[in-house]
Amino acid sequence: MYNVQEIRHDFSILKRRVGEKKLVYLDNAATSQKPRRVIEALTEHYEQHNANIQRGVHRLAEEATAAYEGSREKIARFLGAPDSCGLIFTRGTTESINLVAHAWGRKNLREGDEVVLTEAEHHSNLVPWQLAARDTGAKLRFVPILDDGTLDMEEAERLIGPRTKLVSVIHASNVLATINPVERLAELAHDAGALMLVDGAQSAPHLPVDVEALGCDFFAGSGHKMLGPTGVGFLWGRPEILDEMDPFLGGGEMIREVHLDHSTWNDIPHKFEAGTMNIAQAIGLGAAVDYLDELGMENVREHERRLGEYAYRRLSEIEGIVLYGPEEDRTGLVSFSLPDVHPHDLSQILDEEGIAIRSGHHCCQPLMRRLGVAATARASFYLYNTEEEVDALVGAVTRAREFFGAFA
Amino acid sequence: MMRDLYTQVIMDHYQRPRNRGELENPDIEEHLLNPLCGDEVTVYAAFDGDKVSDVKFGGRGCSISQASASMMTERLMGKSREAAEREISGFKAMMVGEKEFPEMDDLAALKGVIQYPSRIKCATLAWTAFQKGLDGRS
Repeated sequence: MYNVQEIRHDFSILKRRVGEKKLVYLDNAATSQKPRRVIEALTEHYEQHNANIQRGVHRLAEEATAAYEGSREKIARFLGAPDSCGLIFTRGTTESINLVAHAWGRKNLREGDEVVLTEAEHHSNLVPWQLAARDTGAKLRFVPILDDGTLDMEEAERLIGPRTKLVSVIHASNVLATINPVERLAELAHDAGALMLVDGAQSAPHLPVDVEALGCDFFAGSGHKMLGPTGVGFLWGRPEILDEMDPFLGGGEMIREVHLDHSTWNDIPHKFEAGTMNIAQAIGLGAAVDYLDELGMENVREHERRLGEYAYRRLSEIEGIVLYGPEEDRTGLVSFSLPDVHPHDLSQILDEEGIAIRSGHHCCQPLMRRLGVAATARASFYLYNTEEEVDALVGAVTRAREFFGAFA
Repeated sequence: MMRDLYTQVIMDHYQRPRNRGELENPDIEEHLLNPLCGDEVTVYAAFDGDKVSDVKFGGRGCSISQASASMMTERLMGKSREAAEREISGFKAMMVGEKEFPEMDDLAALKGVIQYPSRIKCATLAWTAFQKGLDGRS
């Protein structure tokens, strides 16, 4: 196990103050903070190696290309992918899923086909499929969630069938903290002859991920939620499926041969990387993955599991509080609401104490409707958060409740 | 700091909202969503000739949005259409710092919101809905 106090020194921002208060950053599901090594990787790229990649025949271009491609290999390895040619750099999970919805969905979906999602999807794994369904005539079906925040797997078994062409599911819920049984869903998908996409935005930063063990065909993630810079994420796909897909964006670098009236495509992954990519950011994400590898994702998971359970237990002691999601097998985040304090007001009051949490619909409006609320408050933890920070949260939530109660 | 924003007046309007409810056969019924947070408000108004004869609001939201909606209903009751529009544009100007808040008026309690740019939309939500309703009526 790593020493939390020690690694906190790697994150300068954790030393800052908000007004007179120490920053307590509990909005990690939105974006994580960055260790010095990642920030230095960006600076070093721009100060020492900056050049456009792939085709330059000069020293800088070769160094930048090697660092960019090296980062691709690190991320592929991090995800347990057998081969880095299936790892495509994107802007993030949203773009990754849009890539599949366009390049695979538009080509393969037909009227009468079905895409199976869940009620708890982030808008990024719902809206791209609504658009693809509109264009192709395919239908969307939704696995419901049970009251404890887990998926209704009996219903999943009924829904996934001969019409299903794709099952696309969030691996770990950004609201409920549920870890979905994606291995089982992948089996169901494959038995039905369908493909399986896993939205890993909230799992890759927090859990050991092995795309082979999950049995998925696509895995999408965001770099900025896993210590990396903004502007970079990834899609891993099975190479034989990626080979058969249409391109996503057209332009430079994704082509093999261009004529005035037609073009042929580059090999994967380059077929899906049109134009100049976010080179420095991709290299920065490689440094983030190095950092995570050194801590060990098993250790990160264990730290967050303990912290999440501690937060869940401490928060549940507050009178009247409602906690969402399952009690066990959760990731390190807790969504909650108080009867008298709107989540928006709560996060404003916590901000006065230097505590950053999120409130709102968390880009999950259908799930909010299912839960019967307009918004929830959410505290989300990462590898550098401590029990003392959970205590600060619980104290501040208790005081906010008393403050609002005093006017009632 | 907390008390600069969450004043007694705001908390009073939040916890004892004026004119909360619905109107049957309203002349204006406008539903508006704050896309930032999912909060929603519906404003209802009835007119007697040119005058606002009744205003109600419903929906759910934070203390700022609910208190501001409650204050708005008091403010617009009995006003002519033109005066109501003046009130709305005047209030919006106050919320971006282009106009002074009236002293000795509940609205002044919303002055603290200006320091929190992400919350200004909460304060103006019901007012924007009312303006949309007026626009739809013309």
